[in-house]
Amino acid sequence: MYDGWKIIIGLLVFVGFVTLPFTLSIGKDYIKVDPKIDTPEIQKLPSAERKCVESKEFMRKEHMKMLIDWRDAVVREGKTLYVNSEGKSFNMSLQNTCMQCHSNKSKFCDECHNYLAVKPYCWDCHLEPKEDKKEARR
Amino acid sequence: MRIDRRQFLKILGIGAFIGVGGWSMFEVVSKREIEAFVERYKKVPEALQAKRWAMVIDLKKLDEKIMNDCIEICHRIHNVPALLNPKEEIKWIWKEKFKYVFPEMKDEYMPEEIKNKYVLVLCNHCENPPCVRVCPTKATFKRKDGIVMMDMHRCIGCRFCMAGCPYGARSFNWRDPRQYVKEENKEFPLRMKGVVEKCTFCYERIDRGLPPACVEVSKGAIVFGDITDPNSEVRKILASNFAIRRKPKLGTKPSIYYLL
Repeated sequence: MYDGWKIIIGLLVFVGFVTLPFTLSIGKDYIKVDPKIDTPEIQKLPSAERKCVESKEFMRKEHMKMLIDWRDAVVREGKTLYVNSEGKSFNMSLQNTCMQCHSNKSKFCDECHNYLAVKPYCWDCHLEPKEDKKEARR
Repeated sequence: MRIDRRQFLKILGIGAFIGVGGWSMFEVVSKREIEAFVERYKKVPEALQAKRWAMVIDLKKLDEKIMNDCIEICHRIHNVPALLNPKEEIKWIWKEKFKYVFPEMKDEYMPEEIKNKYVLVLCNHCENPPCVRVCPTKATFKRKDGIVMMDMHRCIGCRFCMAGCPYGARSFNWRDPRQYVKEENKEFPLRMKGVVEKCTFCYERIDRGLPPACVEVSKGAIVFGDITDPNSEVRKILASNFAIRRKPKLGTKPSIYYLL
């Protein structure tokens, strides 16, 4: 192999460079996503009623689709009541239903959205609940 | 094996019967799918319903204070920004001089006080709305009850509707309205920069069983109801009074009537 040491050094530099993102993060803390649902509004509820409109698993997976369906039902069809899988009905409104309990937008919405770099445009128009600024900024 | 036509058709028939009526049908239409047919979204029982909403505005009963009250409550509950520059202003309901509201009626010898009388104007919720026809995204559309609605989520800000509307009822958000809203109504959203907005006939109140806000504060000067119902209050007023609409020759068929 002609100039073998040059090639090997070149390869080592290349491998080192490519793995830089991994080697640099050794020993560092990973960002932990930690959405919070412990708002005072939710804690005030009796434990039997401390449930979202649908199950936690469903909301985790489907909340974005659900919000779009809600929007179409309310804006386009004038229907404002949502009947959930248990037969209970709710007023379909991001501002007046969701955020009444989840009054911690920064910890409930932004926490995961920032981590996943998704930027929903809800708050361009919808009014977010007022939060303690100290707690909100991290 | 040879089969004749008769046997072939018999086998086919039995096969089709088993295929349609067999177990597979019960499996395809499972419990899950039946549940999906159950109505998920409902109207509130007390929601006001009509085939076509209309409004009668009595100009004799309107005075400066009532008009200002109507404008104030509408703009407050709908978070309409107070932009003072007339090129950027947003208005859902506003005052305009008679001679500009009904330009085809202006006459040389018309009394000055009528010519310059202020008239309350808003979106006419036309039966044949040009704004709906020109909207490329169906952001503005006509509801089943005749309300010409805006879906702000779909508006791309092309302003075709503003060009289409012969009444100037639409306003464009040239800048982010948030800082120009003095007192936010937490129950209603705002708009963003780059969308068109207008009066929505208080759809959010009608769907909850309340009349439009301007009707409520007008002290009887504005009456609203279902124009397709012969027993409604609007129809009774229209049957016994001479009422005019804005620019009738355009064929947009406004739902807002004015009594002189």
